[in-house]
Amino acid sequence: MFRRKRQASDFSAEIEAHIRLETERLREQGLGEADARAAARRAFGNVTRTQEQFYESGRWLWWDYLWQDLRFALRLLRKSPGFAFVAVATLAVAIGANSVVFSALNAFLLRPLNVPQSESLYGLQFGGGHRGALSYPNYVDFRDRNRSFDGLAMYQMTRVGLDTGRNPTRAWLYEVSGNYFDVLKLQPYLGRFFHSSDEHGAGSAPYIVLSYAYWHGHFQDDTGVVGRTAEVNKRPYTIIGVAPPEFRGTFLLLSPDFFVPMVSFEDENDLNRRAGWWIFETVGHLKAGVTPQQAAGDLNAIGDYLQKTYPKDNGKMKVSLSRAGLYGDTFGRPIRGFVTALMLLAALILLAACANLGSLFAARAADRSREIAVRLALGSSRLRILRQLFTEALVISLTGGAIGILGGSLLLRRLIAWNPFPQFPTNVPLHPDTNVYVLAALLAFVSGILFGAVPVKQVLQTDPYEIVKSGSVTKLGRRVTFREALVAVQIAICALLVTSSMVAVRGLMRSLHSNFGFEPDDVMLADTDLAMAGYPDDAVPAMQKRMVETMQTIPGVTAVGLANCPPLAGCGASRASIFTDETADLSPSNVAASPMMYQISPEFFATAGAPLLAGRGFTWHDDKNAPRVAVINETFARKIFGSQANALGRYYKSWNGTRIQVVGIVRDGKYASLTEEPQAAMFVPILQTPSSQSFLVVRSESDRWQLAGAIRSKVLELDAGLPVFIQTWPEAMDFFLFGSRMATASLGVLGALGAILSITGIFGISAYSVSKRLRELGIRMALGAQWKEVLAAALGRALKLLAFGSAAGLLLGILASRVLASIVYQATSRDPLVLTGVVVAMALLGLVATWIPAQRALSIDPAILLREE
Amino acid sequence: MSTQEDKERLELLQGTLDLLILRTLIFGPQHGQGIARAIQQTSEEELLVEHGALYPALQRLEERGWISAKWGTSSNNRKARFYSLTAAGRKQLGKETTKWKRLTAAIGRILESEGG
Repeated sequence: MFRRKRQASDFSAEIEAHIRLETERLREQGLGEADARAAARRAFGNVTRTQEQFYESGRWLWWDYLWQDLRFALRLLRKSPGFAFVAVATLAVAIGANSVVFSALNAFLLRPLNVPQSESLYGLQFGGGHRGALSYPNYVDFRDRNRSFDGLAMYQMTRVGLDTGRNPTRAWLYEVSGNYFDVLKLQPYLGRFFHSSDEHGAGSAPYIVLSYAYWHGHFQDDTGVVGRTAEVNKRPYTIIGVAPPEFRGTFLLLSPDFFVPMVSFEDENDLNRRAGWWIFETVGHLKAGVTPQQAAGDLNAIGDYLQKTYPKDNGKMKVSLSRAGLYGDTFGRPIRGFVTALMLLAALILLAACANLGSLFAARAADRSREIAVRLALGSSRLRILRQLFTEALVISLTGGAIGILGGSLLLRRLIAWNPFPQFPTNVPLHPDTNVYVLAALLAFVSGILFGAVPVKQVLQTDPYEIVKSGSVTKLGRRVTFREALVAVQIAICALLVTSSMVAVRGLMRSLHSNFGFEPDDVMLADTDLAMAGYPDDAVPAMQKRMVETMQTIPGVTAVGLANCPPLAGCGASRASIFTDETADLSPSNVAASPMMYQISPEFFATAGAPLLAGRGFTWHDDKNAPRVAVINETFARKIFGSQANALGRYYKSWNGTRIQVVGIVRDGKYASLTEEPQAAMFVPILQTPSSQSFLVVRSESDRWQLAGAIRSKVLELDAGLPVFIQTWPEAMDFFLFGSRMATASLGVLGALGAILSITGIFGISAYSVSKRLRELGIRMALGAQWKEVLAAALGRALKLLAFGSAAGLLLGILASRVLASIVYQATSRDPLVLTGVVVAMALLGLVATWIPAQRALSIDPAILLREE
Repeated sequence: MSTQEDKERLELLQGTLDLLILRTLIFGPQHGQGIARAIQQTSEEELLVEHGALYPALQRLEERGWISAKWGTSSNNRKARFYSLTAAGRKQLGKETTKWKRLTAAIGRILESEGG
C-alpha cells in the first residue's frame, strides 16, 4: 500500500523525453524545428489529460481526497467554534455515557466471572421451601450423585476475626468445599490450593488461601507468607497459598479476603445436620454435551430422592440452574433488568444526540447551499460534496467519541475505587476492556454516519441554477418536518427521563422519612461477634449482658439494646419456620409461616423506638430457665392467630417443636428491604436463643464521633481481642437505599443529559427557523406586527413541538414509573409535585432553548434587512 | 486536431493497446516513442495510436508487473525511459494472443457467412 510508484515529475519527464525524440525523428524527415515540435505534440494528444490520468490512477488519490476533505472540515469547524463545541461535547457526553453503562453491562452480563470456561459454569437455585441453599449432607449427596457436572463445589460467606499476628481485624471469608478451586479449574498464584483429599471430617484441613487483593493489601506482596500461621476466630490456621489476581470469588457482589475449607471451620453438628439450609451457593461446570435442562432434571431426581429418604429434614426441592456470579435470580434478575434498562436509556441518549446533530447538520448544509451550488456549477460531483460532508461529520463524531471514551474510563476508574459499603468488599470488575473500546469506537463511527446522512437528500436535490440565481430558496413547510419529528422525539425522551428522575427523587425522599417500624435516627450500631474473640457458646450471654451494662455507663446514652441483627442493618437477618400450636407432624410441608426472626435483649424495643402495641417486652429473666416467649408483629398475629387481640397469650411451635408463648405485639416494620410488603416477624429473647454475633444498639443524642469513640474504648476495655465495627443505624440502612439511590442518581444524570440534548435540539431548530425566515419576519414587522406575533411566527412551531413532546414524554414517564417502583421505594407518578415539576422543568427548558433565537427575531430591523436583500 | 491523413487510419479497439505494447516489447527493451513508432510501422501505418494514450497504458502494465522500466539512453544519445517484458508479461502475452486469435477468427467466420 505504501509502495508509492512514480513521482508525477518522473512521468512528466518521460513525456518530455517522448516529445523530444519524436521532434528529432520528424526533423530527420526534413521538417523545421517549430513544425516538428508542433507535429510531435499533435501526435501526442492532450498532455494535461494524460498527466491527470496518471494522477488519478495513483493509489494515493483516495488519501489525497481524504486529506483535502479533512483540512476543509477542520477549517470550517474552526470558523464556527460554537457549532463545533456543541457537536463534539454532545457526542462526547453521549458516547461517554454509553461506554460507562456498557462497561456495567459487560461486567454483569457478558463476562460474569473471571474463571476459565465461565460459559459452562452454573449455579444451583433451589425453589420451593428452600430459599436457595443446602445443608452440608445434602450438598454432599448432590455432589456425589449427580451425573451432569464436572464436580460440584459450594461456598458460604462468613465474616470472621482474622489475627495474623497483629491487631485482630474483621475479614470476609468463603468457607468452601475442598474441591472448590479444582472445580473452578484455577491455579494458585503462590503456594498451593487445598483439595478434596485434604478433607478428613470436622476440624481437618485448617488451611487458608488468601485472595490476591488481601495479600497485596495486608502482606505487601510478601511471598514469605506461605507457611505462616494465622488465627481465624482464635483457631490456628496455616496460610498455604494465594489465589490468582483475576479471581475474586464466585459472587460478584462480595469478594472474600480469604478462603478456608468448610470442614475446618464448622463443627461436627453443622456438618452432619441435614435439616436447614445455610450453604450460600453450589456451583459447577456442566459436563460437555449436557444441557442445563438435562442437568436440572438430573438434580431434581436427586432432590426427590433426598426428600423421600429424609422426609423429616427435607421439603420439596425444585432445582434450576442459572449462570454463576449473581446468585441466580435473587440478585441477578433485578441487576440484569436495571443494567439492561440503563443501556437502553443510554442508547436512547445517543440516538437523541444523533437526531440533534443531524438537524444541526441539515441546518448547516442549508446555510451552505449557495457554496454547494457554486461547487456543483463548477463541476464538482455530488458524491464528492457528500464525501466532504461525511468527513466533517466523522471528524466530529470521532473526536467526540475519543473524548467520551477518555472521560468514561476516568469515571469508571473512580467507580471501581469507590466502595459504597466499607464492610462489604464488592467484586464488580467494571474495568473497560476491548469490548468497551470497540463498542465506543463503533458507536462513534455509526453515529457520525447517521447524522451525516441527514442532509444527503438536501444535497442531492440541490439545483445550482436556481440557488445561484435567486439566493437561498427556502421551502419551509415540508423540508423541516423530518427534523421537527426528530426534535419532538428528543423532547419526549427528555420529558420521560425528567419525569422518571423526579418520581425517583420523590420516592427516595419519602423512603428516607417513611415508617420503618422503628426510629433509626440517633442510634448507633456496634457490630461484634464474640466467636471472633474465641468465646465458647456458654460464655456468650454473660459477656453480652456485661457489654450492655457497660454501654449504659457512657454519658448521654439514653438506652442500650442488643440484637443478633437489627432490622435493615444489612447483616442478613434470618428466617425461621414455625408451626401452629395444633400441628403434631413437624414436617416441612406443614410449616405455617417463615417469619423473620430477631434475637434481642430486653431493652431492644425501647432503644430502637419500636412501639409495643400490646403485652410486654422481655426482661433479663426471660432466659434459658424461663418458659419460652416471643413478641410478634401485627402481620404475624393476623396470619397465624387471625387478629391481634386473639394472639396475646397464645402459643406457636418453633422448628423443633418447642412451644412458644406470645407475650407482646409490636408494630409492623420493614425488615429485609424498603420496598417489601408487610411481612411476619418475631422477636425472641437472645438469652433463650443465643447468638454470638450481636449488634449493640445504643441510643444517644450526643455527637456521633464522640459516641463511636466511647463505644469502641468501652469494648476494648472489656476485651482487647474483640473486633468491633461501629456505624449509625441510618448509615447501615444505606445498604437498602443503595439501589434506589443509584437508580435515582442514574436517572438524574440521564435526565440532565436528555435536557442538554433537548435544549440544543430546540435551539437548533428555532435558530434555523429564525435565520431562514428573517426576510419574512422583517416584512411582517414593517407591516406592523407586534412582538407577540413575530415570536409566534418565528418560534411557534418549536414551542408546539415542545408542548407535544413534553406531553408524550410525561405520559410515557407515568407508565415507566411502575417499573421504577420495584427499585425505588414508594415511587409513584400520582404526585402533584412531580407533575407540576415536569411541566415547569420543560417550560424552563423551552425558555432557555429559545432565548437567543427569540432575541434575534425581536432585534430585526426591517429597514436594514429589506435593503440588504 | 486530427488531419486528413489520420482519418484514414484505423482507431484502436478498446483493450488492444496493451496487447500491442507487450507484442512490441518481445523484440527487446524500448522507450515509449519507440513503441509508438514500432506499432505504426509494423501495422504499415494502418493503426492510429495517440501517443499520449500510450503512457497510462504503460503505467498500468508496469503496475501489474508485466513490464519493467528504467531510465536509459537512446540510440541518438537522449535520455529515455526504457520498458522491457517480464516473465509474467511474456506469459500474459501468450494468453492474450491466443484469446485475440480466437476472437478474430470467430468474428471473421461470422462476417464471412454474412457476406457469402
